[in-house]
Amino acid sequence: MRARLLLGGLFALLVLAPLGVGAYPLAVLILILHYAYLGIAWNVMMGFAGLLSLGHALYVGLGAYVAAALYASFGVPALIGAIPAAIVATLAGLAIGALGFRFRVNGVYFALLTIAFAEFTRILFDHMEWTGGSSGFFLPVEHGQVSLVALRGPPVLFYYVALGLAAAAFLLARGLMRTRLGYAWLAIREDPEAAAAAGVDVFRARMAAVAVSSALTSLGGVFYAFYYNNMYPEQIFSMARSIEIILAPIIGGMGTLFGPVLGSFVLTLLGEGTTALLEHLGLAAPGAKQVIYGVALLVIVMLKPAGLWPWLAQRLRIGRDG
Amino acid sequence: MAVYLDILASGVLTGLVYGLMALGLSVIFGVVRVVNFAHGELTVAAMYMAWVLASTLGADPLLTLPVIAAALFAVGYALQRFLVEPFIGRPEHEQFMLLLAVAIIVLNGLLLVFGPDARHVKVDYAYDSFELGPMLLDTVRVYAAAAAIVLAGGLYLFFRFTDLGTAIRACADNLLGAQVVGLDVRRLYALTFGLGCALVGASGTLLVLMRDATPQLAIQLTLMAFIVVIIGGLGSMAGALVGGVLIGVSEALAGFLLTPSLKSLFSYGLLILVLLLRPEGLMGRRA
Repeated sequence: MRARLLLGGLFALLVLAPLGVGAYPLAVLILILHYAYLGIAWNVMMGFAGLLSLGHALYVGLGAYVAAALYASFGVPALIGAIPAAIVATLAGLAIGALGFRFRVNGVYFALLTIAFAEFTRILFDHMEWTGGSSGFFLPVEHGQVSLVALRGPPVLFYYVALGLAAAAFLLARGLMRTRLGYAWLAIREDPEAAAAAGVDVFRARMAAVAVSSALTSLGGVFYAFYYNNMYPEQIFSMARSIEIILAPIIGGMGTLFGPVLGSFVLTLLGEGTTALLEHLGLAAPGAKQVIYGVALLVIVMLKPAGLWPWLAQRLRIGRDG
Repeated sequence: MAVYLDILASGVLTGLVYGLMALGLSVIFGVVRVVNFAHGELTVAAMYMAWVLASTLGADPLLTLPVIAAALFAVGYALQRFLVEPFIGRPEHEQFMLLLAVAIIVLNGLLLVFGPDARHVKVDYAYDSFELGPMLLDTVRVYAAAAAIVLAGGLYLFFRFTDLGTAIRACADNLLGAQVVGLDVRRLYALTFGLGCALVGASGTLLVLMRDATPQLAIQLTLMAFIVVIIGGLGSMAGALVGGVLIGVSEALAGFLLTPSLKSLFSYGLLILVLLLRPEGLMGRRA
């Protein structure tokens, strides 16, 4: 009950936020919601099913490129283009998952496999002339156009889309955790062999986790493409991006529902705060924000390896998963 | 035909330095059973050290190598003692995240201090070459490869014939047994981590003779070390060198036959194949 009230309150605050904040805080909020969303998506694989993926940039990139190319070439609006984008990313995820699980590539090796596929794809896109290669792909922008279906409009439109995506992903993850599949994931995460012995179809359950996670992540990519209007393989498929995606859920608490959201708030505010402070002092330099991220990760992993949310939830006396 | 021989030779020589770097990863994993995800970041840190010493004192990297290796040894020793040690026995993904945090801090610390520009170390013999039969070998590569072979050989002798090396191998082969006979495992782990990082220091110093130092190189080198070690087999010393040479040659050939920027495509393709078909590596033992 307490948890629902708090969540409802937070959601209401976020819905009303654009009324009271300026352009810069709104941009920061969009960033927070975007990374919260991606964190929830990644968490389905690692936090729930115990599959360490370090190549989630692959799904962001595929989603972004498919939807962007369909829009630029055929005028397909973002909301329609998101369907093939999600299908392509899910198929890629399922292919990697099928290979990895069939050939028993586990743990850190599985993480390396996901990195290898993401990097492989990055280099392919770097050389794909059709999408601009390494010089990037740009979406045409028409000023004054406002359309939710085409994802064209002012920042506040993107803010509500980001909020909607994050809220929907949160509810989806919460719903899934109460299904048979959700329990199967947890069983596999704790002990795959015991889960198999108890009659869980480990392969199918893992594939389902990959499918949900990659599909959700690709929609984040579609959002990225239409929000920023530009993409470079060097950035969108990079390992640095994959790492950025996993920081929020780790810091907030892997395997918890609210962890990725909390982690994204903490990290983004920390990062933006540091940048603003350094700029104010005239000391701004590339790398400063990331050093702070690294230190935050180090502190959390050393002191609170389960993440911030389980600790905070206990303080607030609400159920572990909120 | 002669041009292929040159490329092959250059690939082998460069590959030996890759192999030396990967050897560090392999030694740490083989003994401490921790995957050092900050490997490339530390390598690039060593490259910058060599650059600083070369640009301020005019010191040849080949001469500053022992100093940098010693410095990295200290870094590795401290890293194990203060950060990694509490994580021994904790889940694999927590160890991984710890070293990921170290990697992020080192990488961006370098970016913060040195900026994003490439740093180049210039030596007098940069454009010299040896003539060997029909082949032309770059002097820098020959020196670097020779140093890599000497160091790898020294490491082999250390593990094979000294008491300390034998003790470290004992920890790797039978941890419980090692503890029973009274070996100070914590100290040996720290020494091993230091040793692995000393190899990183040495290979970074050699690498700066062949490539410019940039922070962006770090992730590439971490992945390269993983590719080399996984192809050769995690924990196998000879495997690391063979894997390094294989990657060096395939990159050199791909860089010549195709666009240079496509060359790592082959490394990643090879990594995917090896992970799927022989996860224990080409020269590793089946677990």
